[in-house]
Parts: sequence; structure tokens; C-alpha cells
Amino acid sequence: MTINHMDFFKPKHQKNRNISLIIGILLFSLGIFDFSLNNFQDKNITFFLPEPISFFSPLIFSVIGLFFIRIEFSGIKILDKLNKNINTSNFNAVLSTSIILLLIFALPPLLNWFIFDANIAGDTKEACTGGGACWVYIKVWFNRFMYGMYPNAEQWRINITFIAVLAFMAVGFFVPSKLRNYLSFYYTILLPIISFILIYYIISGGSFGLVWVETGAWGGLSLTFMVSFFSLIFCFPLGMMLALGRRSNLPVVKYSSLSFIEFWRGVPLITVLFMSAVMFPMFLPEGTYIDKLIRVVVAITLFEAAYTAEVIRGGLQALPRGQYDAAKSLGMGYWKMHIFVILPQALKLVIPGIANTFLALIKDTPLIFVVGLLEVVGMLNLAKTNPKWLGFSMEGYVFAGIIFWIICYSMSKYSQSLELKYKTDR
Amino acid sequence: MKIKKILPQVITLLFIVLIFGFFTMNAQENMETRGLDFGFGFLKESASFDIQFSLIDYDGSHSYARAYLVGLLNTLLVAVIGIILATLLGAVVGVARLSPNYLIRKTASFYIEFFRNIPLLLQIFFWYFAALRALPMPEDATLLLGSSFMTIKGFYTAAPIWKNFDIFFVALIIAVISIFFFAKYAKKKQEQEGKQLPVFIISLAIFIGLPLLTFLIGGVDLSFSFPVIRQMSQSSYTFDGGLKIPPELIALTLALTLYTATFIAENVRAGIQGIVKGQKEAASSIGLTPNQVLKLVIMPQALRIIIPPTTNQYLNLTKNSSLAAAIAYPDLVLVFAGTAMMQTGKAIEIVGITMATYLTISLAISLLMNWYNKRIAIQEK
Repeated sequence: MTINHMDFFKPKHQKNRNISLIIGILLFSLGIFDFSLNNFQDKNITFFLPEPISFFSPLIFSVIGLFFIRIEFSGIKILDKLNKNINTSNFNAVLSTSIILLLIFALPPLLNWFIFDANIAGDTKEACTGGGACWVYIKVWFNRFMYGMYPNAEQWRINITFIAVLAFMAVGFFVPSKLRNYLSFYYTILLPIISFILIYYIISGGSFGLVWVETGAWGGLSLTFMVSFFSLIFCFPLGMMLALGRRSNLPVVKYSSLSFIEFWRGVPLITVLFMSAVMFPMFLPEGTYIDKLIRVVVAITLFEAAYTAEVIRGGLQALPRGQYDAAKSLGMGYWKMHIFVILPQALKLVIPGIANTFLALIKDTPLIFVVGLLEVVGMLNLAKTNPKWLGFSMEGYVFAGIIFWIICYSMSKYSQSLELKYKTDR
Repeated sequence: MKIKKILPQVITLLFIVLIFGFFTMNAQENMETRGLDFGFGFLKESASFDIQFSLIDYDGSHSYARAYLVGLLNTLLVAVIGIILATLLGAVVGVARLSPNYLIRKTASFYIEFFRNIPLLLQIFFWYFAALRALPMPEDATLLLGSSFMTIKGFYTAAPIWKNFDIFFVALIIAVISIFFFAKYAKKKQEQEGKQLPVFIISLAIFIGLPLLTFLIGGVDLSFSFPVIRQMSQSSYTFDGGLKIPPELIALTLALTLYTATFIAENVRAGIQGIVKGQKEAASSIGLTPNQVLKLVIMPQALRIIIPPTTNQYLNLTKNSSLAAAIAYPDLVLVFAGTAMMQTGKAIEIVGITMATYLTISLAISLLMNWYNKRIAIQEK
């Protein structure tokens, strides 16, 4: 019963609880009502109060309201739950109210922009009459955002290749348990080769009666997928070798792995891409030309392999020494020990870390614009300079943001579920 | 047995030597055929290009070395501002993520999930090309806080004009040093006598008081120059005087801060959650106040978990600041690896210097943080 709890305002008796409740709800609603009027009708019902108080009046009303509602053990289930969750103290009441008011302030204009005032019908700029988003722009440019400058008539080739590669990737789920042991071989060596052949012959074309489409015309989201797919596949085994190398007892192997890892981790990806674009051709014999896309994939692979290596090293270090000792005492050699005992356990431990590295890789792919390859973000920047479609950069970025968000969010959720699935008690 | 140890090393060595040899040989050949020569002499030549935003005196007549310095300082500026802001925001959000308040908790995790799953480059583009472009022109801008204007051309605010700034600066350094020694003294006193001095308040007093004193007796004076609008032509206006913060810098700092803070927030959360409940309860049961529990028991332990991954985030932020090149903020990559390289054609030297610079910054930060980490690590007996 101290004065700074101000409990003497509130009726102590259970019977008077309802009065406090009614006053509280009324005040809280008044605050919300005041704010809504201010916000939507531009009317200030507390104009008679001096300036700062009048400005903060919705907040003050609501917080006082919440103060009255804050009754311990009221016996009403919903109220108790509410109090426990958003109304534990005056400070919390202020924060909760601010968030509620902020939502009232921000949500309607956002929804209006997104849905109610937005235009989606039609296919010219003139169709966008509302004050909201112009989704027509996305609709018209959709093919470009997905496939880049790839000719419209040939886009089925990209779709088919992607479906085929997905099918080859899904093989792992269906193989009989006898062949399970060969899966890692399949995923690290066979799958990249198959995918590369598919992409080379179908997307690139040039034979089997398919028109040749040069890599400069590839772009959009499909390019994002291609670059991240190959970098992912290649950076994992490379990272594993580097991680083992860094923990090796042999000084030359150890220090060369170490300096490789530290070098790539120390420089920004953008300079690596610069290097692959302007410096790398100088290092090749006169007349050799390596495709821009391949150079980029190699650069990203080397870059991400260093990060993957560090993550895997973390897993290797986290394994108790006993595992190494036990494997050695069974007479296993270095490779046998690592393949059958150490790596299977270590890799399980590092699933979240690996997933984070892969997410970082996907989020890094837009950087390939520095070498002139245009994936989604690059295409957006190109589209917004089109004289027919000026002034829709917001829609474009929001669209790309949503796509990337869905990809990354679902991947991180998937990695969390994997983590749970493979969790073994030790 | 011995061959098993030597053979892999020889193979590795051979592999490295072959690759390097192959590359250098080709590079030499290529440079010869193109009539290029290898060397860093170009650094002394005059750069003859302008840089939009510079912390030090620079124009086209200065050397390439100077242009490099301008770029480096701009990079460091973004990195330092970004690190400070991201740490503050990340700490707040990380704590908010553990709040008992449902709304706060959900808002914090919404913020984290939202911003960290969108590519940084996209966020930079969004702020620069979409959000900041929606700001008013200089002539329509409203006055903020009595001194500043937020316009499409940047943020104009009052610029401080110092008299005898060096004295003020020396006082500031002295204040920091004396706080350092005072904190040491206070800790010693606490360990020997069990007495706790109000370290924070006294430090704050020293930090504010000593520099203020120079205004009274050191002849230091501070005045402000305010931005004033001026008509350049029929329809174009600009601001004179004051301090101009270009929109590139704002967009870049904003994006870097919002993006990196999500990762720092997760680190902070993990750090606080990593402390077992018993620690808090034990500390309370021996009679420490809630503040003391946080300061003396929880924070020192949580920091041990928080610092290593947060260091990585600082490094990432510094490296990510190179995305500045995409929106033409004159950082190291844009000025040096972009403009200077186009002009001189010295691809190998310039990309090499740029990479070496980032490598040095990265290694320096990680060495510093390793040192700090070692200092606060558990002293095992």
C-alpha cells in the first residue's frame, strides 16, 4: 500500500470492481476515439487543452484507462489474460498504447495503398488512376522481372529446365534405402553436372533446333535462382574441405586454408565481383574467354565457401574429443573417421549456421548488377528508367521485397524444422 | 607414416604455386601486350575528378592518393555511424523481444523477421529511390526543430562553428582518460573495501563538465550557422550555409542500421537467454538490488555470449557499406575502384589496394574485439 502504486484511486472492494472496469474501458475507448477522430476526420476534441497535453491526450486517456483496468485476480478470464500480457505496469501500458495507436495510424493508409486504392486492371500507365499502388506496372513487367531479357517465345525453356532440376533434386526423397549411401555423391557431383548440362543445352540452346540465347539476356528471378543454386551446391563441399584443412595437423594445409578463409571473409562481395569482372580476365591466357555468368558463380562460390567453412569448423569444434578418440581406437583412418563419425554429427549441429549462410548468399545475389547481370533488383532499376513507366519505383521495390521475403522466410522456417528433426540428445 | 604427412602438404604447395604462377605469368603477358605497366606511381598524379561529398579538403587538383583517403574516410564515416546506431537499436529490440508485454514482443519480432529477410541492396534502393524521393523540394520543405530541413536534396541542419576547437578536443580526450582511470580506481576500491562508487554519474559529470569548463576559461566558443534558402533560377532553390547531409548517406545509414540491428538484436536476445535463471535468483537472494543484479551479474555474463557474434556483425556492416557504390555515395569502392580505375586503367593495383584496405579494417576490428573478448572471458583456474 505505497503511494507510488497509487492504488488508493482504485476501489479495493470486489463489489466495486465493476465501476473501475467501466471507467477504465470508457477512458480507453475515449483515447482511441480521440485519436481516430484526430487521424481520420482531422478533428481535435481536446482543442481546449494546452498544446502538448492536447497532442498527447489520446495516449493519456488510454493509459489512465488501462490503469483502472489493471485489477489483480479480477476473476474475469479475458481481463486477466489481457492484463498479464499487455498491461503489467504503467510503463508497459504506455508502450502498449503507443503501439496500438501507431497501428491505427499506419495500417489504414498502408492497406489503402496496397489494396483499396490500388489498380490492377488494364495494361497501360493510364489505367492507374487511384492514389494507391499501380500493380498494372508489375503485371506488365512481370515476365521481365521473372526472365530478364530472355525472349518471350522461348521462356518455356527456362520453366522446363527448372522443373527438371527440381525433379532431379527431389530424387533424394524417393530413393530406396539401399542407395541412400550414394546420395551425397549424387548431390555433390552428379546433380551439378546434370543441372549444368540441362541449363547449357536447354536455356542456352544453340543445338537441337533451339535458338541460342546468350547469358547477357538472362535475368530476373530465374537468374537469381540459377546463381544461388550453383553457388550453394559448389560452396558446400569446398567449405567442408576448407574447414577440415583449417583443423589439420599439417602446417602447410592448415595455414593455406586459414589464409584463404580469412582473405575471402575480409573483403566485401562487391570488390570480389569487381575482381571477377575487371581483374580476372588479366590473369587468363590471351584469347581465353570465360562467360560472365560463370565468373560470377565462381566468385560467389569462393566467397561463400569461406563463410561455410567457418560455420562447419564451429560444428567440428563443438564435438567432444571422445568422438575422435573413439573413432581412432576403432582403427579408423583420417578420412574414414571424418566421413563416418565426425562429419555426420558435426553437420547436424551446424544446420542453422549453414542455413544462415545460404540465406546470406541468396540475399547477396542482387549484387551481380556490378558486372552487368540483371536479376530481379537489377531489372527493377532498368524498368523504372523506362520513359513510359516513370515513377513506379515504390511498387517495384515492394514487389521484389515481398518475393525475397517469402523465399528467405520460408527457408529459415524450414531450417528451423530441420534443426528440430535432426536434434539428437547427447 | 612420414610420407602420409608430407605428401598432402607437397601437393597443396604445388597446387598453390602453380595457380599463382599461372596467373602472374598471364598477367605479365597480358599487360605487355596491352602496353600497361605495373606500379603505384599513379597515386601521386592529380586525380582530376570531383567527389560530391568529402570530409577533408578535396578537389580535382589533388592526387589519387588523396581521393583514396576521401573514399576511405567516407566509408569509415558510414561504418561508424551505422555501428553506433545499429548497436543501440539492436540492444533495444533484443531486450524488447524478451518483454513480458505481448505487443512489444510481437512488434520486435515482426521488425526482425521483416528486415532481415530482405536483401540489403533492395533496402538501400528502397530508401534512396522510393522513400527519400518522396520528400519535398527545398522550397516546399517545412522547418524541423527550428533549424533543419528535410528535402529531396538531403538533410540541411545547423552547422557548428567552433573557435579554439583544439582546446575543446584536448579537454574531451583528457576527460575520457580520467574516466578510464577513475573506473579502474573505483573497481579496485570495490574489490578491496566492498564500497561501490556511483561510477556512471561521476563519469558522466566528468565527460560533460570538463569540456564545458573550456567554454568558461579556455576561450572556446560555439556558434551555429543555419541553412538559408536561396533562389538559384526560376524554379530551382538551394540552401546556403548550414550542414548538408546528402540523401545517399541518409539512405545508406538507414538501410545498414535497420538491417544490421536485426542481427544484433538476435545476438542480444540469445545472450540474455543464455544466462541460467539461477544466476538471477542467486544474485537477488544475496540482497542485490535489481539494478545491481543486471549490472554486476547478468550483463557481464551476457556480454560474453553477445560480443563475438556482434563483432561479426560490425565487420559485416563495414563490408556492406561498400554497397554505397550502387547509389553513388562516394565511398572507397565508388571513388577508387570505380572512378579512379576507369581513369587510370590500373585494374590490378586498384582492386588490390581496395581489397587490402578492407582486409586491414576487418583484421583490425577482429583483433581489437578478440583482445576485448579475452579480457572479459572467464578466468579459469
